[in-house]
Amino acid sequence: MALLHLTSSSSRSNLLKPISAALSYSPSLRRSISSSAADDSRTFTIETSLPFTAHQCNPPSRSVDTNPKELLTFFRDMATMRRMEIAADSLYKAKLIRGFCHLYDGQEAVAVGMEASITKKDSIITAYRDHCTFLGRGGTLLEIFSELMGRQAGCSKGKGGSMHFYKKEAGFYGGHGIVGAQVPLGCGLAFAQKYSKDGTVSFALYGDGAANQGQLFEALNISALWDLPVILVCENNHYGMGTAEWRAAKSPSYYKRGDYVPGLKVDGMDVLAVKQACKFAKEHALKNGPIILEMDTYRYHGHSMSDPGSTYRTRDEISGVRQERDPVERVRKLVLSHDLATEKELKDLEKEIRKQVDEAIAQAKESPMPEPSELFSNVYAKGLGVEAFGPDRKELRAVLP
Amino acid sequence: MLGTLRQKILGQSLQRTRSAASALRSYSSAAKEMMVRDALNSALDEEMSADPKVFLMGEEVGEYQGAYKISKGLLEKYGPERVLDTPITEAGFTGIGVGAAYYGLRPIVEFMTFNFSMQAIDHIINSAAKSNYMSSGQISVPIVFRGPNGAAAGVGAQHSQCYAAWYAACPGLKVLCPYSSEDARGLLKAAIRDPDPVVFLENELLYGESFPVSAEVLDSSFCLPIGKAKIEREGKDVTITAFSKMVGYALKAAEILAKEGISAEVINLRSIRPLDRSTINASVRKTNRLITVEEGFPQHGVGAEICTSVIEESFGYLDAPVERIAGADVPMPYAANLERMAVPQVEDIVRAAKRACYRSVPLAAAA
Repeated sequence: MALLHLTSSSSRSNLLKPISAALSYSPSLRRSISSSAADDSRTFTIETSLPFTAHQCNPPSRSVDTNPKELLTFFRDMATMRRMEIAADSLYKAKLIRGFCHLYDGQEAVAVGMEASITKKDSIITAYRDHCTFLGRGGTLLEIFSELMGRQAGCSKGKGGSMHFYKKEAGFYGGHGIVGAQVPLGCGLAFAQKYSKDGTVSFALYGDGAANQGQLFEALNISALWDLPVILVCENNHYGMGTAEWRAAKSPSYYKRGDYVPGLKVDGMDVLAVKQACKFAKEHALKNGPIILEMDTYRYHGHSMSDPGSTYRTRDEISGVRQERDPVERVRKLVLSHDLATEKELKDLEKEIRKQVDEAIAQAKESPMPEPSELFSNVYAKGLGVEAFGPDRKELRAVLP
Repeated sequence: MLGTLRQKILGQSLQRTRSAASALRSYSSAAKEMMVRDALNSALDEEMSADPKVFLMGEEVGEYQGAYKISKGLLEKYGPERVLDTPITEAGFTGIGVGAAYYGLRPIVEFMTFNFSMQAIDHIINSAAKSNYMSSGQISVPIVFRGPNGAAAGVGAQHSQCYAAWYAACPGLKVLCPYSSEDARGLLKAAIRDPDPVVFLENELLYGESFPVSAEVLDSSFCLPIGKAKIEREGKDVTITAFSKMVGYALKAAEILAKEGISAEVINLRSIRPLDRSTINASVRKTNRLITVEEGFPQHGVGAEICTSVIEESFGYLDAPVERIAGADVPMPYAANLERMAVPQVEDIVRAAKRACYRSVPLAAAA
């Protein structure tokens, strides 16, 4: 049985590496800090919880430079993402969100750490678990909740839904429903960046389920041949829907699967490790072509809102990860131990976030559903005045502008 | 300007007399001959020259000069950054092409034949066709997928399918099918300039055929409108619609019918999606009879759509049931005699036209 295997194999213990190792820091930095910590321009160095494991390259240092402002931003951004996904859960149960809803809570460190190391001129493309990635790219809570509820204020004006968020001006190319398709697309973005001599890179995110897709290897082969500045990021949350990684992949060492392409295994629950890895990967990709990052992460929810997430893994495993490796808690502990804020300040911040989320939801609920004429808009960028038809074409037809 | 106008009229009237006297290929100095292959090559060359964002990728398009020599000379002229030889991995390279289009480049992805596009069809439909809609206009996809489509000669079942009906069913795609060199130049240039994903279905057997081209057609600014069919031959008794290679067959059938007193109007569809319903319907309202011709499989084919469109809009004008001529409902056989039976021949089109005109036609013996 799958669950028995989990308790006995090393895979379970791998998921529960404690975060206590993250709390080492230089004692000279201890001093009392007021709420102007955000203006504090000190930098200090923190060790990642785990060393990086490298394939065909030399790993970056475990010592990550950061500063108070950054750490507080990490906390705020991840707490917002956490709160947002939990609120989406409630909205789905209230039937205000329909269809698919794939939640990211547990994986926030990947989205936030990545943003810390890149610019909006770099590109990100991901699959359907995209709400937090979109937020990280500069999307607003209003755009997110409106899109989830199919309203005009949504980032895709209500026409896309949960899996199809985009923000092209901020380098976010979706939001894709077909498992694995986003990887060649991401390599294509990198091709265009190189062709245009932009000096930027593309991050193509995919899961452990998608890691076995043939098109991934096709695109990786071409990317390596053509030296494209693409970083493939496997968000390994250890389950492809209900199938554990050891049941789907003969080799679940996803960072090694690129063979001739270098790879790095990263603790995806440690936002500083993610930041360091992405910084390293960007430099590598611009000079040497593709690289794979495997983020060891975890999702608390099931695959989607239709999946309780407990038939193929134990509740102990889920609560164990929450206890030992939660990415938001890790940063909270860092902020507190470095005296960047008090417990009360952080709690107040979380209350403020909750309020912001609730306000965004209320505003999103006010946003109207799309006009009926939107059924026929944006089929083409240039419709050529052609006719399009509804189910009864004698009743419903439109001219595409 | 008047000169070009006169040239255009002269060119058009020459084309009509040309169709009538099909054997005669020599003309006045106004018309020049061009092979379809060269027409496509010149269109690619001119568009790549005009817009640095346009690039070509596919198997053997570069050093091999193109599997069918359509991209001959382009690697030498534009270099390996703009003419890219890919490995034999359609899903991967098509996805890369679509991703480049997302970013704002204008890729031309060549499939060695459209049979291989099935390996990449998810990217054509789900990544390209639907993106502008799903993103509410944020992500437009200015890409062209081109290559030979349909039956060649003796290449067997896996290399002979026509994909016009499949791709034309999909909202978000535009589907073009050139016949002549003028079509090839004008439609390919239009496709490359268009901001939406275009499936451009060529025909291997037409690559080596020559057609007259006017000076206007040869001009680098020449472009044909997408969504407009062309009346290749005017007539008054029966309408025959066709695309790609079948246009030539329909014109030959019209010649034969003319000798028997039936005046056939031949419509070269040029654009399968959008389909020029108004030209088709206007023609049927004039002739009252319709034959649709295509090479692909009959069920759910292009002819089925045209027939329904005419029934919806011009039912009262029909004097006879709509006839459709299509490829046989079998995978393409290899043996030459069976292959000949599996694709429409000129006599099939003639026979169907006569049936629509209620001329007695000897019944075939029951199989």
